[in-house]
Order: sequence, then C-alpha cells, then structure tokens
Amino acid sequence: MSLVGAKVLRKEDPRLLTGIGTFVDDLAPPRCAFASFVTSSEAHAEIVAIDMRAALAMPGVLGVWTAADFVDYPDLPGGLPDLERPVLARNRVRFVGEPVAVVVAEDRYLAADAVAAVEVEYRTLEAVTTIEAATAPDAPELFERHGSNVVNVVPMMDDLEREMQRCDDRASLHLVNQRCAAVPIEALACLADWGVDGLTLWATFQAPHHLRNSVASWLDIAQSQCRVIAPDVGGGFGSKIVWYPELFLAPLLSKWTRRPVKFAQTRSEAMMQMSHGRDQVHDIEVGFDRTGRIRALRLVISQNLGAYPDPTGLGLATLTSWMAAGCYRIGHVSTSYRNVVTNTTPVAAYRGAGRPEAAYSVERIVDVVARRCGIDPAEVRKRNFIGPSQFPYETHNEAVVYDSGDYPAALEECLGLLGYGQRRIEQADQRNDPDAPLIGLGLSCWLEIAGFGPNGSLEGFGHLASWESAQVRIQPDGSAIVFAGSSPHGQGHETTFAQIASDELGIPFDRIQVRFGDTATVLQGVGTMGSRGVPTGGSAVKVVSGRVLARAKKIAAHLLEASEADLEVNDNAFNVRGSPGKKVSWGDVAWASYQPLRLPPELAAGSLEERLYQESPNFSYPSGAYGCAVSIDPNTGEVTIDAMVLVDDCGTVINPLLAEGQVHGGVAQGIAQALYESVVYNELGQPVTANLLDYLVPSAPDLPGYTAGRVTTLCPNNPLGAKGIGESGSVGAPAAVVNAILDALAPYGVEHLDMPISPEKIWQAIHAADRRGVPEMSTESLSESDAEVVS
Amino acid sequence: MTATPQRHVEIEMSINGVPARHRVDVRTLLVHYIREYERLTGTHIGCDTSNCGACTVLVDGEAVKSCTVLAVQVEGREITTIEGVSGSFNGLSAVQEGFRQCHGLQCGYCTPGMVMAATGLLAVDPDPDEATIRANLEGNICRCTGYQMIVESVRWAAEHPD
Repeated sequence: MSLVGAKVLRKEDPRLLTGIGTFVDDLAPPRCAFASFVTSSEAHAEIVAIDMRAALAMPGVLGVWTAADFVDYPDLPGGLPDLERPVLARNRVRFVGEPVAVVVAEDRYLAADAVAAVEVEYRTLEAVTTIEAATAPDAPELFERHGSNVVNVVPMMDDLEREMQRCDDRASLHLVNQRCAAVPIEALACLADWGVDGLTLWATFQAPHHLRNSVASWLDIAQSQCRVIAPDVGGGFGSKIVWYPELFLAPLLSKWTRRPVKFAQTRSEAMMQMSHGRDQVHDIEVGFDRTGRIRALRLVISQNLGAYPDPTGLGLATLTSWMAAGCYRIGHVSTSYRNVVTNTTPVAAYRGAGRPEAAYSVERIVDVVARRCGIDPAEVRKRNFIGPSQFPYETHNEAVVYDSGDYPAALEECLGLLGYGQRRIEQADQRNDPDAPLIGLGLSCWLEIAGFGPNGSLEGFGHLASWESAQVRIQPDGSAIVFAGSSPHGQGHETTFAQIASDELGIPFDRIQVRFGDTATVLQGVGTMGSRGVPTGGSAVKVVSGRVLARAKKIAAHLLEASEADLEVNDNAFNVRGSPGKKVSWGDVAWASYQPLRLPPELAAGSLEERLYQESPNFSYPSGAYGCAVSIDPNTGEVTIDAMVLVDDCGTVINPLLAEGQVHGGVAQGIAQALYESVVYNELGQPVTANLLDYLVPSAPDLPGYTAGRVTTLCPNNPLGAKGIGESGSVGAPAAVVNAILDALAPYGVEHLDMPISPEKIWQAIHAADRRGVPEMSTESLSESDAEVVS
Repeated sequence: MTATPQRHVEIEMSINGVPARHRVDVRTLLVHYIREYERLTGTHIGCDTSNCGACTVLVDGEAVKSCTVLAVQVEGREITTIEGVSGSFNGLSAVQEGFRQCHGLQCGYCTPGMVMAATGLLAVDPDPDEATIRANLEGNICRCTGYQMIVESVRWAAEHPD
C-alpha cells in the first residue's frame, strides 16, 4: 500500500508532546553567558554618545560592545550599495528597536539590568514611516549617499490606456495591504560556541546551510570550521530566513568572552526586530465589458521595505507583479513597482511573500467588476478563468508560465460546499429585515507561485542555489536514513519525507529516519521557504530513493541469482515474481552491500548511499477557491464567520492530515490579516503594536472552523507532481473574508474598506452611509474622511 | 534611602512530585525556575505579556501562566509541567494522544502550554463542547494550526479518557 497520500501520524509528535523537543533556548552548555541588546528608542536619530560605564561596573557583566568594536567586520550580507545595514547602528539609527550596543552577562536577568544601565544620547531626526511620507518632496532621507528614499523603480512599459478606453467600463481600487508581523511563537534565539575546532552556532532558522555560508563569510572563517544547527524550530513563516545582527554577533561575542553565548529575544524585542511582512500599497485598474469579461489590468505597486532593504524584501514586489492577473485570462496586463525605505522595522518574506498581496488585489477588483456589471461574482470569475485545457499558460511575464490547474472545478466545489446558492437566497430574504444581521458571501479564486525553484530563482535572494538536496543511506541492517537539505519548522518533514522514501525503497516507515538541520551531517541544503519543502525537497527524496533501490535490486538479483526485472519489493524484502518463497530481505541485501565478496562486480561496498541535488525546470502554481460567509451585527460592526470553505489544488498530496494542517494555519493568518492584525507606528515612528497585548494574534475563539475540499491537477515540473501547500491559506483567505464583508455592506454603498476590518471601521461605514441616506446599492466608495466625520 | 532588599532566597516547591529546592534571585519567574534551575525545558516562553500561554503549567491542578508568577509566590505548592504528564496511551495522556491523533501540533512550541491548558480544562469539565474548548483555550496562542485541529484534539481526549 502506498504511504504517499495516507494519513500517517507524525514521527515528530511524541517528543514535542512530552516536552523533550530541543529548541535553542533549551540548550544550556556549561559556562553559558547571555547576550542582550541595547536598542534604539528613536525611529530616526544620530547617535551622539553611548555611556557604558555604569553597565560595565555591574556585577556579572562580561562586556559591552558598540559599532566601534566591529569596524573590522563588514555590514550584514545581501545589502545594496549605500543602503547596507551595519551589525550595530553606526552613528545613525533608522528604526525603533535597531540594535545599538550589546551586553554579555552571566545570565539573562543581569544582562537585562546592564542593558537598562547603558545610556545612549540621540539627536532626533525627522522620521518617515509610510511610503507617502518617505516619497514626499521634502522627506528626510534615510541614506543621504543614496540620495532618495526610493531604492529602485521598475517602470510600467505600457499604461494600457488604449486598451482600457476600448472597454465598456473601467474600475479601480486603491488598496493598502497592511504591515503584519509573522509572530512565530518561538522568537529569535541563537547560541554560539567558539571553540578551538571552530564555531558551532545553534539558531532557530529555516535555512541552516544558508546561514552557515553567510556567517562563515562574514567572520572570514572556513565553512569547514563553521557548523550551524537548527534544532526544533518553533515556527518561522519567512521571518527566520533573514540576516539578523544577533546571528552574526553571537559568534564573535563567544570568541571574545571565551564562553558559549546565548541570545533569546523577548516578544517585545521580536515585534520590533524580527522582519515584518506585506506593507504594500496598490493602485489596480481594470477595463471590462458589460459581460464581466476583463480585458486589461494595470497594477501599480509600492513596497515599504522598512529601514534597510532586505534581500528577500527586495523580491516581494517582483513576485506580486508576476502574479498580478491571478487565475484569469486577461489579454493585457501591465505592472510597475517601486521599493521605498522608511523608519520602520525591515520588511521581508512573511508566509506568501508578495503573492497574498497580488491575490488580494485581483480578487478584490473582480468583485468590483461583478458589482458594476450586476453579475454574480462567481459567474464573473467563471467568465474570466483560464480554462483547464489552456496549460501551460504564458502570462504577462516571461518568467511565469502556469503549470496546470482546474480553476472552474475548484470554484464549483467551493460553491457546493458553501451552499452558495441557498445562502444567496437567505441573504436576499434577510436584506428585507432591518433587524437581521447583515449576511455576506465572499469568494477568492487565488493562485500563487511556489516550489522555488528553477535555477537562478533563489540565487536572486542571496541563496547558494535553487535546488534542494537529499541523501539516502541504507544502514547495514536495512534501515534507512534520509538526510534532507530542507530543514523544517513545523511542516513535518520527518513524516512526509519518510513516507516518500518508504514508498520508493519498500522499507517500512518505522525503519526510516529523516535527519536535517545540521550542516555537519547534511551535505548541503538550501532551506524551507517558498512552499518548496515537498515539491523540491520531497522530489529529491523520491528520486534519490529510486536510485538506491535500483542498486539494491542489483545486489538482490545477484544474491538470488535471479533477473533484476523479475524482482518486486514487498514486505521489506525482494521477491522473485512467480517464485513464492524465493526472496531476500532488505536487511540481507543491506548487509551484503557492505561486503565486497557478496556484491556483483559492477558495485562497490557502500553503494547503497546516494545523494542528489534536485533541480526544477520551473515553478509550481498552487491554486484554489475559498469561500467565506459572514454575518455582521449592524449595531456593533462585529463580524462572525459562519463558514470558511477551502478548496485547494496542491497537486500530489503526501499526507492529507498535514496538508490540511498547513492550509488551516495559513488561513488563520489570512483571516487574521483581514480582521485583526496590523503593525502600527505613530507619527514619530514609535511602534504602538510592539507586544502581544497590542498586536492582536487571534486565539481559538477568534477563528472559525474550516471546511476543506480538494481538486488535484499534477505539477509537471517535479517528479512528485506536487505544487506545495505551505502558503496557500495566507494567499487565499484575506480576499475571501474581505469580499464577504463588503458583500454584506453592499446595501450601504460601501465599495471598499482596508484591512484589518475592525468592527469600528464597519460601524463607521454603516453610519456614514446612513447619514448620506444610501439605503441601496451604489458604487460610491467610502473614503477615510467620510468615516472620520461621523466620529 | 531604604535598606537594600533581600536579593536571594531559598525556596522549595514540588515539581512533578519531586521536591525542588534552590536559592534564587527573588525576582526569578516561575518559568525560569522550572527551565533554568530544574532544567525542565518543555515549558516554553513565547511572550512577555501573559498573552501566549506557551508557559502554562498546573499549580495545585490549576492552569497558570508561569511567566506571570514569581517563583517565590508558589513556595510549597505542587507544580505540574509537561514532563509530569503521562497516561495509558503508550505513556501519553489522553490529551497528548489526542493532539497526536488529530494533528493538533505543527512546530510544537506552543504545544506543552496547550496540553497543560487542555488538561486543566478537562479536569473541571470532562466533556466540553467546541465553544467551551475554544473559550477555555483563549489564553493560548498557536501560530501554526489555526486551532481547529487543536479543538478536535481536545474532543478526542474527552472521548477517550485515560
């Protein structure tokens, strides 16, 4: 029986459920000291003086260091010329929370005391936190040598005005895709131990080899003397593939203090120091016919990068521009984008990384088109879908060729599971009842780009390469170890990769162990991001396992004096087809594989070990149709999600339990973006959401149950046919929820509200409409000023 | 000026049925007492405002956030951490096994706190419905699962008591 596709319980769970998992802060080597950072209290300022005397005099303090102590070391990797980020702020701070000095003390309490005793004198500069402020004519510049807060611009090649004017009508939206924080429950932590044999760095990170490459280079030591270990990693969502200063400084602090040095961020520190996500502003316009067919789409993107351009952050708007047209057949698509620095925490990948922004905008504008045409939003989507027979589908960008999909089937399943038709009838009935809650239905037929990626795709983000590695080693007893270059942080690789290997090798699941996260044991690796774990890493496991099996068959055939072609593997043994009882166990074959005298002449001892760097000819394109039903209390603006239907197409599913878990988690983050979460700065650049009291990460009562469906079209670009599932939910969910809310508010003439849509925003919108006396459908949009007048 | 307050005291409590006696800085949080003095690292820290619940333990059977309690405040009390939870499902309790069966965890970082909170809930309400489970886990944040499978895990435990 195939394990791929089966609901197999996870190998990871027993240790994580009993508290014996190992996260970085759980490690406590003898004589371990603790680092803590003095961080900027100013959003934009010159550093006038740093007084460390009081801190240095405190008991248990081993030292205090500032930028002046690191002049022999380069800035953080991956920066742009004139826009580099120093490891500690040098003369200038550019966001609240930027590390200015570092203390090492005997324990974390003493380190925190010493941090509080360091006095930094600043000369405050004017701060800018928004794209609008940063690009104003008289805006203060973050980097004078660059000469502008605009890092780069990719201009529009064609504004499509001619095509727009040929259409029956046109519609536009100005959309703010607000800044969110990833908030993995384990914040950043690292432990550096610089010994005579080199450096060992434990870090909660999604890509340990990637970190090894950069840390060794930064320290100017050989990679062979730099071991990076990512043990159990408590979530990441993109925020743990970023070059944080702490990861580079901890090794030096260990070297200088001759002690292991640990750093474990508090949540309040993490909210200011771990990278944020999203923060794009879009102007989207479409030209369409009265039938609802969209003929032209134009998307203008502005990306707030925060204070320093992150290598991944720089790629976000690119991905958004690539996916601008979603799953629709639109004849003319044109995009432009610009990246802007502001006095805020740097922005990088956050679950979806540029694709949620694209999906949100196109799914919002399709609803506007539907409303303008007076056609049901489901029908408008159907009229514009790329058909199932139109793949491979070339888009407006030559890098983007959609692989496969069946968008109409996904929508049909979604409508069925949601009870769309019946709910529309109920909605119409309730609209006549002034005391009834407002019912709204929202759809999101989303599409994303995943399975990173073809050669060259990740190199652009500073990675060594875009392949993923796998190595299979058969032990002499016939058990197997899979070494995976993709290092997980909750995805369940130990289970899914063992399922794949078990199917290929014919070795029982329980006799396969998956190892990862250690540069000393895994040959090379790239990492876990961009929904690449299964499509790229899993495919590596499949192919390399197949190669090992082919050699094992040669040995088995030799031992059995049979033909390879007659062998089949079942019950953990090689059986000769048609000769019952003529077999050799996997264990016997494995044992023989290390004994030259028992091997066929073409094989050498140890040949049941193979490694592979799996390349992909192209990306994968997961898609789906999500449906949301909400009811809104018009008196309070409170939103209740009555149904959340999730139909996904991720190609081959390895483990439906884990795939559904990935979708749920992503959808939770998507709903959170739609309703709850937003990183907010005040006009001085002070973060007002710098802890979990003020930043609303939803808990169980804040989120609904989910109904999952599935459509499967295989990805032709990898041997598994898998498309990836890690980011789907966060790509698809926001538009479904927001479309549902705006559908409910349609009688009030509300065309758009920006996320997060709080009860207050809804209440303001309803009351602004009541004041205007708009009891029925209208295309007028609610502006911020309308909302404010009512309050 | 007042006299310098006493900085260190010796305290004792019972953790998972074993006496735990240490001389600690008076401001030591219970979670650090558990993690750093007793080296029981299954209890995690996920925030500094008592919102996330990753540090949840039982104090005399009641679910408590150990980052919000000073170690000196629970002198003489009985503490149960994730390491002290066990049962008849290959050594796992019904709650732990429920989480395994229903995929109620992904990265596993919030999981010990979730298990302790759910254990505390089932001790007072052995058969909670979905709304009750959601309401009672309000103080525990999971960033991976979206909660549905956690709710199902707790229901599994209610249906399969130890």
